[in-house]
Amino acid sequence: MTDLTQAPMTPANSILGGSAEMRRRNAAEARFRLYGMVAISISLGVLAIMLWTIFADGVSAFRQAKLTFPITLSSEVLDPKGNANRDEMAKVTTIGYGKLIAAAFEAELTARGISTEGISAKDLAGLISKDAPGVLRAEVLADPSLLDTVQNRSILAAGRVDGYLKGRVTRETAERDNQISPAMLDLTDRLIEAGILSAPFNSRFLTSPDASDQRPEAAGLGVAILGSAYMMLLVALICVPIGVAASIYLEEFAPKNRLTDVIEVNISNLAAVPSIVFGILGLAVFINFAGFPQSSPLVGALVISLMTLPTIIIATRAAIRAVPPSIRGAALGVGASKMQTVFHHVLPLAMPGILTGAILGLASALGETAPLLLIGMVAFVDNYPAAPPEGLLDPATALPVQVYAWASRSDPAFIERSSGAIIVLLAFLVVMNVTAILLRRKFERRW
Amino acid sequence: MEDMNPMKDIQTEERAVSSHAPRITARGVNVHYGETHALKDVNVDILSNTVTAFIGPSGCGKSTFLRCINRMNDTVASARVTGEILLDGEDIYDRRVDPVRLRAKVGMVFQKPNPFPKSIYDNVAYGPKIHGLTRSKAELDAVVESCLRKAALWNEVKDRLDAPGTGLSGGQQQRLCIARAIATSPEVLLMDEPCSALDPIATAQVEELIDELRSQFSVVIVTHSMQQAARVSQRTAFFHLGHLVEFGETGQIFTNPKDSRTESYITGRIG
Repeated sequence: MTDLTQAPMTPANSILGGSAEMRRRNAAEARFRLYGMVAISISLGVLAIMLWTIFADGVSAFRQAKLTFPITLSSEVLDPKGNANRDEMAKVTTIGYGKLIAAAFEAELTARGISTEGISAKDLAGLISKDAPGVLRAEVLADPSLLDTVQNRSILAAGRVDGYLKGRVTRETAERDNQISPAMLDLTDRLIEAGILSAPFNSRFLTSPDASDQRPEAAGLGVAILGSAYMMLLVALICVPIGVAASIYLEEFAPKNRLTDVIEVNISNLAAVPSIVFGILGLAVFINFAGFPQSSPLVGALVISLMTLPTIIIATRAAIRAVPPSIRGAALGVGASKMQTVFHHVLPLAMPGILTGAILGLASALGETAPLLLIGMVAFVDNYPAAPPEGLLDPATALPVQVYAWASRSDPAFIERSSGAIIVLLAFLVVMNVTAILLRRKFERRW
Repeated sequence: MEDMNPMKDIQTEERAVSSHAPRITARGVNVHYGETHALKDVNVDILSNTVTAFIGPSGCGKSTFLRCINRMNDTVASARVTGEILLDGEDIYDRRVDPVRLRAKVGMVFQKPNPFPKSIYDNVAYGPKIHGLTRSKAELDAVVESCLRKAALWNEVKDRLDAPGTGLSGGQQQRLCIARAIATSPEVLLMDEPCSALDPIATAQVEELIDELRSQFSVVIVTHSMQQAARVSQRTAFFHLGHLVEFGETGQIFTNPKDSRTESYITGRIG
């Protein structure tokens, strides 16, 4: 019988209370958890810093300083012959339009009683973007009926004015700047007060082509977005069918022998080849040998396809392998052929994985830069590529390359453009990744 | 010796043993998996309208032999089958035989219920569809209904044929798999431990079903449970280490085995 009066003593094998051994084990576990949390905090922190820098620099690219005032499109200047003939009118260059705009601007300031004391006519014209006359000229040539009308136009302000609104240009920097002076900044303040100068949403950032080093205010991502879109379209059309077909063959039909082992190893190796090597390959094969035009989305897409293919094949094979063998057995057991088994049962079940893999492959292709530099997509492209299919051979740039190109330009106004382009690129990536997740949810089926 | 036999309470002798013609005749069947000699010189006759049970310890080759009968071993790259298996007098390993056609005539039910992740209707209709057995939707509906009825599942699922087959309980899933297997009107139904993943109640339902299916099909069942073999089969084959040790009437195998290994196995001394 147990002696209940005896003082309770923990026996050596009691589960109450821990031994030194247990404490050591628990401490090790706690330490491991801590390491994990530290690692995750560091990566989250770095990500936050990166995003903060990009957004702090880049959000301003989506607003743009614009001057709003009426312009009289006098036919005396723009159509000296007076017959509204486009060819005749084209003889008036942007210089003529520039003078017209400057005169209209000066007239507006006078009319509104805004003092321009101490500012020369040249400096006054310097507040207006050099891009503005060209835009107006194109508009008038496209529609001669605008002649002799008064048009209320929002035209781009010069890059320095834009910079002043965004805090990039200050009176101190203006002292040392030959494009702007403190007096011009004083006038800028008065223009803001009068409501002539404002910074509305900059839709041209998303639609305009690139602009030269002297006109950062006019530079846009239009050509880059089109180029990237063309390339992604082609990459998807090339990679997804080939990649999925190759995976199905390797996973379901190919005999397992030395040859397929070699193929398998090489697919994995291909995924690890540095991207610049693919650029050299593309230059040699697609441009020098096959003779496709440089800087074209077609060549860019072919090169990027080579890089994306292994990623898609690896993801697709993993998805196919994850389909339980019992489903294959069930299909074969009722007399389905190999092909019917694969297409009726295996592929539908592997579809979420395949789609996710394909979209993630495309997302990484979207950010690919190095090979595009080698095939000439870094060129300055002022014209939009035509609609596909012809446009696939027209020169274009791509979003990541545009980021690189702008980041390497000297005018500080391009820092904001570059970060803005990164934001657009990130937005596309987020959209693609969210699509991948949604598609996976939609197609996912339990078995 | 008689006292040690756990089957003596089962009235196996009373079971009617038919003298049907052999449906499947296997002669000198050997199977190699690479270097492993998995099945050695097996000779078996499977009669029509009879349930034949294959028993034996794990790894004895009973499932291997079952998978020879519908050539599922073809899907295993390293498997090599020699010997002769005749289905209605035709060699199923003949060069001219398309395994796809063979498998429509020899249905199979697997150990783990494996319905397709489709609707109950589509599960049953899949076989008839791919073999073009029906000409109209109405005909297909009729086939699906009759198969589900034969599988004793119709009353439970008739109101939710569009529900996913994977949403049924384990026993229902297995009966759905049986319905799917008989939808192609096979002559032989192979069952690879069909009840090993089921609870006793579902097992009893499936066993009852097997007994009913006997009127239309030859059933071959691999089982680990000797009680189950005794309950459902008319003929039993005992496999051991790749050899077919003994094959005969179920009653005789369980009450009066001729081979000492069979006796040891059914009395629980080996296996």
